[in-house]
Amino acid sequence: MASGHVAEHGTTPTDYIVHHLTHLKVGEGFWTWHIDTLLMSALLAILVGWVFRAAARRATSGVPGRFVGFIELVVEFVDGQVADIYHGDRRFMVALALSLFTWIIAMNTMDLLPIDLPGGVAALFGAEFWRVLPTADLNGTVAMAFVVLLLIVIAAIRAKGVGGYAHEWIAAPFGNHPLLWIPNAVLNLVELLSKPVSLAMRLFGNMYAGELLFMLIALLGFTVVGLTAGSSVAFLGQIVMGSAWAIFHILIVVLQAYIFMVLPIVYIAMAEEHH
Amino acid sequence: MNVNATFIGQVIVFVILLWFFWRFVVPPLAQANTDRQKKIAAGLAAAERGQKDLEEAKSRADAVVREARERANQILDQANRRSGEMIDSAKQTASAEGERLLASARAEAGNETARARDALRREVGALAVTGASRLLGREIDAKAHAQLLDELAEEIARG
Repeated sequence: MASGHVAEHGTTPTDYIVHHLTHLKVGEGFWTWHIDTLLMSALLAILVGWVFRAAARRATSGVPGRFVGFIELVVEFVDGQVADIYHGDRRFMVALALSLFTWIIAMNTMDLLPIDLPGGVAALFGAEFWRVLPTADLNGTVAMAFVVLLLIVIAAIRAKGVGGYAHEWIAAPFGNHPLLWIPNAVLNLVELLSKPVSLAMRLFGNMYAGELLFMLIALLGFTVVGLTAGSSVAFLGQIVMGSAWAIFHILIVVLQAYIFMVLPIVYIAMAEEHH
Repeated sequence: MNVNATFIGQVIVFVILLWFFWRFVVPPLAQANTDRQKKIAAGLAAAERGQKDLEEAKSRADAVVREARERANQILDQANRRSGEMIDSAKQTASAEGERLLASARAEAGNETARARDALRREVGALAVTGASRLLGREIDAKAHAQLLDELAEEIARG
């Protein structure tokens, strides 16, 4: 599948990879906008929101149909996960976990599309580059992690008050002594920032690596020149390895979404605990 | 792959999605779930109540049947007793009637006998008079001997 577009994308494997890792962007410097990431994530958010809203609209206390039953299954699973971790009014937590879980699964699943298909379709609309996977864009994962960071701080302030939270910043974990205020604050800053950074990097790293591996497997197609023994091996190798990696990648798609769903709930639950 | 303005857009998209789920997706589904829980609980309670009602009705029906059976037995006993009594009284009436009939028949027979004896006596009296007159060869003057004849007749009748 990769070989068909080699001519358009460039002649060398390096060109192919670079092309696949380049965003469609407008703007300069910080004010650069990744059109592909923004459009794909927004479209998938609309899709996920529409599907779940359709189920929520149809949900009754009676016997659910197949579609509503499936959505309720997902919601119940997420609700169970949240209930295990977070004790309290968990309506917002379920919404947070559910939106993270479903949206990330939808975005990650884009990685399973044939690697040259999104770029090919985008080319039909005149777009030179198209990275279809918003979670392989650091902006996408950092944005979610940033919102989670804000929610952690808000939850902590709501639970302890501004004074209580500020006191915790300088008094924990070493103790309330003027000499220890700065070490405490530094440690707390590291602790707080490590959470969203690890969230964002974990998801980004997994998806970026997965995408890159698909590209490397697709490069096998570069060596196909005709009906020779080497070409046949390369072609078979691309099919077998591509299939194997895609099947394994289904696990990563769901697992990373699950991790990104559970950890924010854990962090917020921790933030509301009193030290 | 540096963080740039795209980040701002992604934050906005995620916040909107989060708000949408919080406001429009989770509450109806949670509500449906709660309603269903209530419905199931109510259904189970109703089933239990129905079971209890059924058992109660069964025991009440049993009591009614038992009572009816007792009552039937009572009525049967009473009827049996009553029929016995009736038979007894009928027997008594019949035997009394029989005796009465027997007595009246006896009385009738007695009367008849007395009457027959009277007639016989009278005839015997007349025969005796006739015989006597024949023996004497002459007519007995009934008028003249009426007293005698009457006494004779009476004697025969008595004897």
